Amino acid sequence: MNWLTAFRSALQALAANTLRSALTMLGIIIGVAAVITMVAVGNGATQRVQEQMKGLGSNIMLVLPGGVSQAGVRLGAQTRQRLTEEDAQAIAIDIPQVQVVAPTSRTSGQLVFGNTNWGTSIIGVTNDYLEARDWPLASGRLFDAAELAGSAKVAWIGTTVARELFGDLDPVDQIIRVRNIPMTVVGVLAPKGQNSMGQDQDDAIMIPLATLRNRIWGGDATSRLKRVGAISVKVRDGEDMKLVEEGVKDLLRQRFKVPPGGEDPFNVRNLTEILQAQEESSRVMTLLLAAVAGISLVIGGIGIMNIMLVSVTERTREIGLRMAVGARGRDILAQFLIEAVTLSLIGGAIGVALGAVATWAVGEFAGWQVSLSLGAVLLAVGFSGVVGIFFGYYPARRASALLPIQALRYE
Amino acid sequence: MALIQARGLTKTYVMGDQTVHALRGVSLEIAEGDFVAIMGASGSGKSTLMNILGCLDQPSEGEYWLAGEEVEKMTPDQLASIRNRRIGFVFQQFNLLPRTSALENVELPMVYAGVKPAERRALAIKALQRVGLGERGEHTPSELSGGQQQRVAIARALVNSPQLILADEPTGALDSRTSEDIMQLLTALNQQGMTVVIVTHESDIAAWARRKLVFRDGQIVEDIVRTDLSAAGPPQGVKGIPA
Repeated sequence: MNWLTAFRSALQALAANTLRSALTMLGIIIGVAAVITMVAVGNGATQRVQEQMKGLGSNIMLVLPGGVSQAGVRLGAQTRQRLTEEDAQAIAIDIPQVQVVAPTSRTSGQLVFGNTNWGTSIIGVTNDYLEARDWPLASGRLFDAAELAGSAKVAWIGTTVARELFGDLDPVDQIIRVRNIPMTVVGVLAPKGQNSMGQDQDDAIMIPLATLRNRIWGGDATSRLKRVGAISVKVRDGEDMKLVEEGVKDLLRQRFKVPPGGEDPFNVRNLTEILQAQEESSRVMTLLLAAVAGISLVIGGIGIMNIMLVSVTERTREIGLRMAVGARGRDILAQFLIEAVTLSLIGGAIGVALGAVATWAVGEFAGWQVSLSLGAVLLAVGFSGVVGIFFGYYPARRASALLPIQALRYE
Repeated sequence: MALIQARGLTKTYVMGDQTVHALRGVSLEIAEGDFVAIMGASGSGKSTLMNILGCLDQPSEGEYWLAGEEVEKMTPDQLASIRNRRIGFVFQQFNLLPRTSALENVELPMVYAGVKPAERRALAIKALQRVGLGERGEHTPSELSGGQQQRVAIARALVNSPQLILADEPTGALDSRTSEDIMQLLTALNQQGMTVVIVTHESDIAAWARRKLVFRDGQIVEDIVRTDLSAAGPPQGVKGIPA
């Protein structure tokens, strides 16, 4: 009995019992589709975190002013800006492992161009900020030294701002009003997407720190002390982030004259570390999702097992007849094995297709990031195939070991 | 040399604490080309003997040679090959594969004999023509009458050109008119050289055979050879056999 004949007769046998074959396949289909979709969702989450890490810039930590206490009332973080540009310079000079330091301040305000306007974040930066964040300009140029020192009225805008204010127009060299101060757009930032909080990082305008200080804030007390909202610190590749973090803290404690055991008036957030923890947790989530889907695959497997057992037992008389007309034990085994494999393959293929569609639907309608994984596909198809084959093989083997007359007389 | 030679066949079944003796030392010889009817009440052991002769079952004791080969020493695979090449079965309940066309049912023994698909199809068509169902090849068993189904079963039995056709109550599920057709068909096959052994409890069916073995309590109690005719044929009052 050659394989092609065997395969054809397997297809015939399956077609002869369409409903039963379909029900058996259903278990495989659901199991395979569930595993594929769940793993895709989990992988998508992991990938999203990884992309955020890339977007953040690598090896970055953020120094923020800490909370202050006024007459015993603790006011929480960033209630008063005590970090200054000098602190940033000190970090850059005293800690050799640091690649670049970028002090920033933030406010918000309305931008006006022609007859359109747009409210956005206004960030005071230096050129170093772009290096720290691995954030290139899509067009235009960096600020020059004179502009940075002289509070020049120049700005980079994010792509969202460019779209809202300028539409299809090229924003470079256009003049916009920032909180009523006219400024020249000298560059457009490359698109960056969402940050880990889901904020659109492209919805911002960046101007020199001194411009923010002197022109937007207009030279109040904060400005005179050159205080800044935050300091981004980028550490050189291959350096120990933890060590640098301690170095930064020690330096700032000295500068702020914190007594031993006293509360630090600043916070250092190791963003890379936080994202790594998030990545780790989304990996765990992937694993959990896969485990749940795996359980559904096992349940599907039990369904296959039941129907295979019933189907082979029910066909014991057929097995007897086949043996009576000359089938050997191995012919019977081959037949049921091929039937089981065929069933598993067809079910597996439909399951993969369904899983791919479900994955696409989750990505499209729920808006989650998803990522199909070949490993999950192979695992799911392989497992259900093995279950189908084993539980088709086992009862067929039992039946083929009977004397033909026992199989023929089986009720 | 006899096609079937059996000596001292016994078969016992143990059912709970009871031992049932289905065969108690049966010895017989059946010559090639003979037409034998095995008769007896139900439970007399005739079907058990038939199953052993057909290599579907193993005797508890005794020796059995089929065409000079000693059957009880064979492996299951060798037995399968014997059943495939030398024996054609006809069952009371036809035992056709459901939802499978008549042609494919007839092809089944050739599938296991390793005959090529094209040749298989040609031989199956020829076999169906021999039983007068040349036009019904594509019909499934549920689309055929009982008599037609039994003809398909006979076509399946003869398609590998076996030496021996074993029919277990071949007319048991059919009306008398159809039974006669089936018996005429079996008689025709016998006249073409095949050895035919049928099991029946109806004496008018047994009357078609040349030799009659009567069973009672697991033993042969009568062995009658018809002397009125040199060959097997229809009993008196039944018209001749189709060519």
